[in-house]
Amino acid sequence: MAILHALALLLAFQLTGEAITFSLGLPLPGPVLGMALLLFAVALRRDLLARLKPTTGTLLTHLSLLFVPAGVGVMVHGARLAAEGVAIVVAMVVSTVLALAATALTVRALLRDGDDAE
Amino acid sequence: MSPVADVWVYLSASPLLWLTLTLVAYIGAFALYEGSRFNPLVNPVAISIVLLTGLLAATGTPYATYFEGAQFVHFLLGPATVALAVPLYEQMPKLRRAWFALTVGLLVGVVVAMVSALVLAWLLGASKATIASLAAKSVTTPVAMGISEKIGGIPSLTAVIVVLTGIVAAALGHFVFNALGVGSHAVRGFAIGLAGHGQGVARAFIVSEEAGAFAGLAMGLTALATALVAPWLAPWLIGLLG
Repeated sequence: MAILHALALLLAFQLTGEAITFSLGLPLPGPVLGMALLLFAVALRRDLLARLKPTTGTLLTHLSLLFVPAGVGVMVHGARLAAEGVAIVVAMVVSTVLALAATALTVRALLRDGDDAE
Repeated sequence: MSPVADVWVYLSASPLLWLTLTLVAYIGAFALYEGSRFNPLVNPVAISIVLLTGLLAATGTPYATYFEGAQFVHFLLGPATVALAVPLYEQMPKLRRAWFALTVGLLVGVVVAMVSALVLAWLLGASKATIASLAAKSVTTPVAMGISEKIGGIPSLTAVIVVLTGIVAAALGHFVFNALGVGSHAVRGFAIGLAGHGQGVARAFIVSEEAGAFAGLAMGLTALATALVAPWLAPWLIGLLG
């Protein structure tokens, strides 16, 4: 039953997040607001943590699996990729490397030594 | 028709077959990843996509038929995002101490990710719709598709670019951080979650719980910041580039 409870809880928080973002027209995605709400809930009731942990651990260990269905959609865009594939791939790869580097260097520069612990 | 062909026709139209094959392809790809001792270049998402698109092409199955089965996996992106609250809570003391560095890093990273992609695609002669489809590439799938639609991109193309961006971030992050001499798991996690959304988070969790929590935080904040910034920055920049 532990898995069922945890799943129901995650879905309920996602649902709440979706309902609030939709009704208030927030630019925030529903699941991200759901995550923030669950964070508050866990802070208020520590016992939730132990109940959630086995299920959230499993979900997060295989988070990459969840991107496979959308990625297979690459087959639908064959024509555009043939025409503009080089531009798309170069722009994507270079800008991703730049984003990784810029973020890491900025955060490292601003962290005081004591915070930068391993 | 032979009995085997009958069974194929029946099963290939049902969600069961493609859901099962999605899981099997991923399990196989993950076994390779594990066997390589989690070498970042042996990316399980990329391997799964190659296996599945090959199979769909060979059997002449349309993507829509495939997705009817695979949507059950796709759906779990929502609850998995909510689940990030657990590691986030556990790393709260560290996150609190670093909030200023993380906020500035977030803004710098989000703007660099978006502006560099748009300018590079424009320099390489991409069409306006393609350029707009690249703007939200570092944001988790459902949010990125919404942003793309708002600014004149092609949402389904954005979904693909988002997944490919995640693969690139997960595969190259390790090498970029080592080249820059960035060793802290907190910093590495935050940067890979910002640039590579959920796949960056998945990679970070393989390295450590701490890296994973910082990556999860970055993923959530990047979605929020890009959703706020992209709808005015991207059209303005695309207009400027002409």
